[in-house]
Amino acid sequence: MIDTLIQGILLGGYYAVIACGLSFMFSVMRIINLAHGSLAVLSAYGLWLLASEFGISPFLGLLIVLPAMAAIGWLLQRYLLERSARGGALLPILTTFGLAIVIDNLMFEQFGADTRSLAPFIGSLSYDSWELPGGIYVGKLAVMTMATAIALLGGLQIFLSRFALGRAIRATAEDPDTAGLVGIDARKANAVATAIAMVTVGIAGAFLAMRATFDPYSGGPQLLFAFEAAVIGGAGSLWGTLIGGIVLGLAQSLGAQIHPQGFLIGGHVVFLAVLFARLFLIGAPTIGTTGFAKAGLARIRAAIRSTP
Amino acid sequence: MTLLSVQNLDVRHGLLQAVRDVSFDLSRGDVLALVGANGAGKTTLLRSLAGAHLPAAGRIALNGQDMTKVPSHQRIAMGIALVPEGRRLFSQMTVEENLLLGKTSGRPGDWTIDRVFSAFPNLVARRHAKTGHLSGGEQQATAIGRALMSNPDILLLDEVSLGLSPLVVDRVYAQLQTLLTSGTTIILVEQDLSRAMGVASRVICMLEGRVVLDSPAEQVTRDEVTKAYFGLHRENNERVAS
Repeated sequence: MIDTLIQGILLGGYYAVIACGLSFMFSVMRIINLAHGSLAVLSAYGLWLLASEFGISPFLGLLIVLPAMAAIGWLLQRYLLERSARGGALLPILTTFGLAIVIDNLMFEQFGADTRSLAPFIGSLSYDSWELPGGIYVGKLAVMTMATAIALLGGLQIFLSRFALGRAIRATAEDPDTAGLVGIDARKANAVATAIAMVTVGIAGAFLAMRATFDPYSGGPQLLFAFEAAVIGGAGSLWGTLIGGIVLGLAQSLGAQIHPQGFLIGGHVVFLAVLFARLFLIGAPTIGTTGFAKAGLARIRAAIRSTP
Repeated sequence: MTLLSVQNLDVRHGLLQAVRDVSFDLSRGDVLALVGANGAGKTTLLRSLAGAHLPAAGRIALNGQDMTKVPSHQRIAMGIALVPEGRRLFSQMTVEENLLLGKTSGRPGDWTIDRVFSAFPNLVARRHAKTGHLSGGEQQATAIGRALMSNPDILLLDEVSLGLSPLVVDRVYAQLQTLLTSGTTIILVEQDLSRAMGVASRVICMLEGRVVLDSPAEQVTRDEVTKAYFGLHRENNERVAS
């Protein structure tokens, strides 16, 4: 039982890593990026390509892939999200949905349907473990993932609260017009924020590919897990995302203990339970200035209002 | 010496022309009171001076440098700072963070957080409070402080007394007094005519987007401004003409 809990918590570290970028983009830019999972898989393919073709270790490969992801983020904001955001709140969601389909199928065309993994390129790290007292083994990679999750979320929190650029990003998120009046280039702040989000997506892709296998259509499930972790944690808060990831990981691990098919169901049940608890216990209007659910409802209401 | 020069400025909100053919020059140290009824175009004029609303025609120059098409975030670096109507603070952020944001443009000068706090002592205790939780007067002080942090050559104040009780307005003006007498160039939009004329060195009255009165404050009476404000002088003229 203790083993299950520990493994569940460590799995939560992975979910926190993949949810980090999604939560960051939602909290600072109010954009739900449905291409999130596909972009993580894109980064995984980048690392795999560097490792298999050029023999570059995935950890060194990150030095190439992460700047590339940042550039993708910048371009994405400038040429896609910024334009679609002018068409209302719903349009960026549809745009990223379309983008996910485009990325998935381009990867399928390029790399075929074979499943890939970075595990062969990281030596024994993918299966090495440490023994804890009581005969419990924890995977080194899983511990590394959890440490990365904490470092990433903590780093982002410090960046947003302590650094001028972080403050500029928060100010732009709250009121772009006034941000301009105090001297912030709102377009630049948003592009930097997206670039940062994409760097975290790149890191998530690396962990996805190191701990398991992936194929061109692996993005969907990753998006789902990220989304569930972010909603459970309350998407506005970065630390909430870590808690959300851990709750999701625990639910899945416990679900798998109850029934062989219980892994995914356990996660979905907790996700829905948290969502409905927020809706009905706390009450819809207070679901959170922070919640995805509120944004979703607000968007639906806005869409209904703007329909002639 | 002319600091700000506005020539034949037209500003539109879509089909509505809010500012029509407005021209004036401002010298360093002037305190200009912009008065006029609701909808006269005062706020639109200030927003176009700050770059938040680009004009349809005309020219705005600061220190002889044309800045008609410069966007707002670069304009503050050139020395124009707006305290917007309704204060528009970042409500999720603290007083200190809001003030720090004012420094974004990086203009050199001697405004620091400490100096803002000594100019507005009521903010000291609220330094780490989110601005959404402040009283109206504290919010207004923060908004003015935020604009000052950019070390502006010209400070644009849009209805600082809006939504504040008379007592709080008195306090905000008392705090502004040091600025008003220290040679800072200010354009002030104010609904309260006697207050505006009390602090200003010059008065411009707008009516339906046009300048209908432009005079040094000491050479104009309250009656004359009131007439311009309501467009009475114009009606009289028209009656005489017909």
